[in-house]
Amino acid sequence: MAIKFEETGDGQYILDVCGYSCPHPQMYTKKALQKMCDGDELTLIFDNPSSGESIQAMLDNEGNELLDKVQGDGSFTWKIRKGA
Amino acid sequence: MKKQESAAASTLDLDTGNKVIDWFSQKRNRHAATIMGLVAICSAWALSNDMRWLYLLVYVWFGLIYGMFLQYGRFCMASAVRDLFAVGVSRMAVGVMIALCLYSMVAAVVNISGFGTFHPHPLGWHIIIGGLIFGFGIIFTGGCASGSLYKTGEGNMASALVLLSISFSQAFFVNLGDWSDKLAPASWTASALDKGMPEELSVEHGWFDQFTAGYIWDLEAATLADMMSVTQPIAKYFLTDSLLVTILPASIILVVLYKAYYCKGYLRRQKIEKQGMTCHLGGVWSMITSSKNTAIAGIGLGIFSGLHVWATGALRESYGIFNFGELLEDMGHTAGLSIQGTVFDPGYWYITTQEAQWGAWVMENVGMDMRSNIFFGMDNGIPNPLINAPGFMSIGIILGAAMLALLRREFKWKIPNMETALFALAGGLLMGIGARIAMGCNIGAFFATVANGDISGWVFLLGMVAGGYLGVQAFNFWMNWRTSQIDDCPL
Repeated sequence: MAIKFEETGDGQYILDVCGYSCPHPQMYTKKALQKMCDGDELTLIFDNPSSGESIQAMLDNEGNELLDKVQGDGSFTWKIRKGA
Repeated sequence: MKKQESAAASTLDLDTGNKVIDWFSQKRNRHAATIMGLVAICSAWALSNDMRWLYLLVYVWFGLIYGMFLQYGRFCMASAVRDLFAVGVSRMAVGVMIALCLYSMVAAVVNISGFGTFHPHPLGWHIIIGGLIFGFGIIFTGGCASGSLYKTGEGNMASALVLLSISFSQAFFVNLGDWSDKLAPASWTASALDKGMPEELSVEHGWFDQFTAGYIWDLEAATLADMMSVTQPIAKYFLTDSLLVTILPASIILVVLYKAYYCKGYLRRQKIEKQGMTCHLGGVWSMITSSKNTAIAGIGLGIFSGLHVWATGALRESYGIFNFGELLEDMGHTAGLSIQGTVFDPGYWYITTQEAQWGAWVMENVGMDMRSNIFFGMDNGIPNPLINAPGFMSIGIILGAAMLALLRREFKWKIPNMETALFALAGGLLMGIGARIAMGCNIGAFFATVANGDISGWVFLLGMVAGGYLGVQAFNFWMNWRTSQIDDCPL
């Protein structure tokens, strides 16, 4: 159950941090966004509900855009576009 | 006309009926309803045995409420400290300050009514050192003391490991053996012996006993109002304890959080170029309301924490008792009482001591001597977990959070991997030790303390923030090393 971060297409990335609780998901999301270019998109998959609040606030603060949120039973898939 | 009304009412009834059936057709909703039903049935059963169990049930139901608010607002004080340093997010720190201000206002009303149950904490270096150890630990556990409870309710078994670790580390730490004597200064030993404590406690043996009787008991403990000899009730409880000790510093912290973490992003989002006082006031308001869940949880927790004090205080007055131990003795449950006939019974939101009692109860039942120390033997006792009132508050938090997580489709059984499990156990160990040195956790030593006008809570926060900062640096170091070890992970 290791962290998975990879480029799936041109400017498209996926970060899967399922199985990890705070602070892993928010810290890995920050790290992943730092590795990406402006306008790139990240599909983030996590299953620690409290990380969602922190990630949402972090995206707002740093000018990144949350494009889509999908919630399954206990897991979350968010689509994020890195802002300029 | 009447027929039409009757037909409309039948359609409405049918709709409502279908909605109820739909609601119950989902397994998670049935599970949440089962939890609530079981708590209600067990409460009724306890009361039918003896109405005095109401005292314990107050803890249970306030625990349920705390659990629901904690889950709703993802309210965790570890996050308040950690997210500031780790990802530059002030959401939770803001929520804690809101809760603190409201708790202090309700506490002032409760204290002025004479139902207060709070006792100030002795102020000394131990608080900052304990806070530092505790603050370092919470970075690795992923949650504070109350956060770990609500996350256990979400099905997170790493958080359950944190609870296990906190319980046993505390029980072990307060019962350190003779080998730890040399760690205590001679002045502590002499001062502890001077207190003339009962022989069975053997206060000259074990570091924690000497720390308690030889150091802590020699310190002053008072609220700021008491230190300043303010006696007029309004000036004492509202102006000093609430306004001066809590609301004023909390407001200053909110302004600092705004300037350091929120202002830049707010001005960019609002496309504000010309800054003025009105714009910044709008910014502070936007920061407070940016996470509605957190703000609502802060308001709810603040108000209910105060009401909890009032409810327990009123029951104590009604039963004519100072401590739950007296009721337990009347009901014939004397096995878990301390030599003073008391048990741990703070009368307000508290987390760690009851968990230490769980650990001690297990250790005692496997044959260990857990009572020749001040912490259990003289102060808190080791009641059976089935009659441990504050222990049921912790269980209530887990159940309340589980109910809400199920209803919100956020419940998920999560078995930790080795890394998370080791962090949970090691972080929990540090949290347990830190909490005992500081005489409480983020709730008992900070939240409840500050809200009742005791400045020692701010000292704990200072230690916790410093520990949190160091913890984030250590965690970053670990994370960088860890990702460098994973193949195909360009992080």
